Amino acid sequence: MKEQEIEQQDILDEIVSSEYKYGFVSDIDQEIAPKGLNEDSIRLISSKKNEPEWMLEWRLAAFEKWKTMKEPKWPNVAYPEIDFNDISYYAAPKKKVSPTSLDEVDPELLETFKKLGISLAEQERLTGIAVDAVLDSVSVATTFKDKLASLGIIFCSMSEAIQEYPDLVRSYLGTVVPPSDNFYSTLNSAVFTDGSFCFIPKGVRCPMELSTYFRINAKDTGQFERTLIVAEDHSYVSYLEGCTAPMRDENQLHAAVVEIVALEGAEVKYSTVQNWYPGDKDGKGGIYNFVTKRGICKGRNSKISWTQVETGSAITWKYPSVILMGENSIGEFYSVAVTNNHQQADTGTKMIHIGKNSKSRIVSKGISAGLSHNSYRGLVKVQKRAQGARNFSQCDSLLIGSTCGAHTFPYIEVSNNTATVEHEATTSKIGDDVLFYCNQRGISTEEAVALIVNGYCKEVMNQLPMEFAVEAQRLLAVSLEGSVG
Amino acid sequence: MLKITNLHSEIDDTPILNGINLTVNPGEVHAIMGPNGSGKSTLASIMAGREDYTITQGSIEFNGKDLLELAPEERAGEGLFLAFQYPVEIPGVSTANFLKTALNEIRKYRGQVTLDAMDFLSLMKEKAALVELDSTFLQRSLNEGFSGGEKKRNEIFQMAMLEPQLSILDETDSGLDIDALRIVANGVNALRTKDNATIVITHYQRLLDYIIPDFVHVLYKGIIVKTGGKELALELEAKGYDWIKETINA
Repeated sequence: MKEQEIEQQDILDEIVSSEYKYGFVSDIDQEIAPKGLNEDSIRLISSKKNEPEWMLEWRLAAFEKWKTMKEPKWPNVAYPEIDFNDISYYAAPKKKVSPTSLDEVDPELLETFKKLGISLAEQERLTGIAVDAVLDSVSVATTFKDKLASLGIIFCSMSEAIQEYPDLVRSYLGTVVPPSDNFYSTLNSAVFTDGSFCFIPKGVRCPMELSTYFRINAKDTGQFERTLIVAEDHSYVSYLEGCTAPMRDENQLHAAVVEIVALEGAEVKYSTVQNWYPGDKDGKGGIYNFVTKRGICKGRNSKISWTQVETGSAITWKYPSVILMGENSIGEFYSVAVTNNHQQADTGTKMIHIGKNSKSRIVSKGISAGLSHNSYRGLVKVQKRAQGARNFSQCDSLLIGSTCGAHTFPYIEVSNNTATVEHEATTSKIGDDVLFYCNQRGISTEEAVALIVNGYCKEVMNQLPMEFAVEAQRLLAVSLEGSVG
Repeated sequence: MLKITNLHSEIDDTPILNGINLTVNPGEVHAIMGPNGSGKSTLASIMAGREDYTITQGSIEFNGKDLLELAPEERAGEGLFLAFQYPVEIPGVSTANFLKTALNEIRKYRGQVTLDAMDFLSLMKEKAALVELDSTFLQRSLNEGFSGGEKKRNEIFQMAMLEPQLSILDETDSGLDIDALRIVANGVNALRTKDNATIVITHYQRLLDYIIPDFVHVLYKGIIVKTGGKELALELEAKGYDWIKETINA
C-alpha cells in the first residue's frame, strides 16, 4: 500500500473506531430480580407492579405459548445462543413513592439525562416536548402531563396506564401485535416491565411532540418495553422515541413491542432514533435489538408513518409495519440504518394492504461500513379485497469500504390485479474516486463522507420533526465520524 | 508559480514519468499534448495529489511550497484546481450544496470568512452564466444523469466558483461536440487573468483553436520532448504523433 493510501486508511480506521460517546453507567440504587425465566419471575413482575389479575393471566398465557415457540433463524444475522434463564427480567430504581415533579427525581438520574443532553428540566422549560423518561424498566418522570390532560390526552407509563385506565389498555393491548405473534413479542408479552401509553381522543390534535427516551442501565437486564398508542377518530399525534445506552461487555437483549391503532381519519407519526450500544470495534458487547413494531390503520383515511434512524445495537432485527385495513388508508416507512464494525442489521417493513385504495410508501436507506452487514427485508402484501392499492418502494444501499455487505430481500405478494406495486433499488459505494474528487475540491475525506451520507439520507431525515432531525443528524455525524471509511 | 523539476513516477513498478521539467508563470496558458499513454493524465493526477502513483525522484514547487507534501484538499486550498476527465456523480448532493461546502472549506483554509447562503447564491448565479448552465442544474444531484457535455461544463463552472490560481484541464475537450467545446473554451478564456495560469491537457489540437496557448509541450514516454509556441500544435496536427516519434527515435 502506498504511503498516502495507508494514511487515508488510518484516517478511516480512526473514524471507524471512534469510541461510543454515550458509554457510561450511572450509579443509581436499583432493585434487580434474580435471574431466570419461569412463572415465578412473571408473578414477581406482576406483583411488584401491583397489577390486576387479568394482566397477570395475560402474561402467564403468553409465557405458556412462548414455551412452545422456537427462536426464529431466518434473519440474516448471527449471534451466540441466548440463555433466557441467565437474564434478570426486572430492574427498577428504588424509590419510595412515584415522583410528581422533577424535584422528587433522584439527582443522579437527572445527571444521567444531562450527560445525554436531555435534561428533563430543560426539556420541560425550553423545548415544549413532553418526555416520559424510561430508565431501565420503570418510568421515572413524566412531564407536561397536566397540559395534555386538559385536552383529554393520556401520556403515561404503561404501568400507570394499567392502574389508571385498565379498560382502555385492556381493549387495545395485543390487538395489533397479539401475544402469540412471534417469539420475541410473545416473550415481551410475558415479561414486559414498562413502556409508554398514549391515547389521543376524538378530534384532538396533540399540540406537541410526545417523546420517550429509553435507556438500558442495569447490568444484564433484558429490557422489555411495551408501548401502545391509540389515536381516535380524526386525531393526530407525533411520537418520538430515542435511545442511547451505556457501554457493556455482555450482550443485552432488548425485545420491545410497539402497537399503534389509528381510527378513522387519524394520523400517527412515529419517529425513532436508535443508538443502543453497538459493541466495541471488535464486535464485543452491544445490544441485541429484537423489536416488533406494528400499526393498524383501522379506520378510513387513517395514516401511520414510521421514521427510523438506526445507528446502534450489535444486532438490529426490526420491521415496523402497517396493516392498512381502512379504505384510503396510508402507511409509510422511512428508514436510515447505519452499520459499522461488526454490527448486523436486518430491518425493513411490512405493508399489508386490506382496504380499498390503500397506499404505502417505503424509503429505506442502508449504510454499511467496516465489517458490518446490513439487510433490508420488506414485505408488500396486497390482499384480495384491496382494490386499487398502491405501493412504492425505494431501497438503497450505500457501501463504505470493501469489507461490508448490503443485502436486499423484498417480498411482494399481490392478490388483486388492480394494484400497483413499484420497487426500485440501488447500490452505491463511496469509492476512492469520489473521495479524491471531493478532496480535490478542498473537502477533507471526513467532511466528504458526511456530505455524501447526509445527501443520501436526506429524504428520510426530512421526515423527522425539526427538534429530532438535529439530534439525528448529530448522531449520524457521530456514527459516521465513526463509520466512514 | 509552478516549478516541476526532474519528476519521475511509477505505478506498480512501471515507470510513467521519466524526468518532467516544467515552469508555469502567472498569466500563462500551457498546453500539454501527446499520444495516448504518454503520461499526460498521470502528470495531472500527481499534481492534484492522487495516491496511486509513487514519486521516485524530483519535486513540484507551487508558490514556494512543496506540493508533494500537501494533502489533495490542501493543494485545493493553495489554489490548485483539476478539471477531471471523468467527473464523478454524487447522488443526493446537489451541485449547489457540494460547491458551497467546497468553497467554504477552501475559504476556511485560507483564513477567509465563509459565505452565507445569500452571498453564495448570487455568486453562483453570476458564474453559472459564464458556462451557460441553467440554474436548475445546480439543484440537481452532482453530475447525476448529466450528459458528457454537461459534466464538463460543470467542471468549468466549479473552476469559476473556486477561482483557482492554477487550473489543470485534463482532456476537457474529450467527448464534447463543437458547441459545448465553444462554451467550455469561452468560460476558460473569461476566467483568464494576469494572476492565474492554466494547463490544458489534450490529445487534439482542436481545443487550442479556442484556448490559445502561450506554450505547447509534447509529452512522449513520460518526458517532454518538444516545447514551442502555439504553432507547434498545428504542426503536430498536420504531421501526426509519428512525426514526434521519428524525431525522437532518429
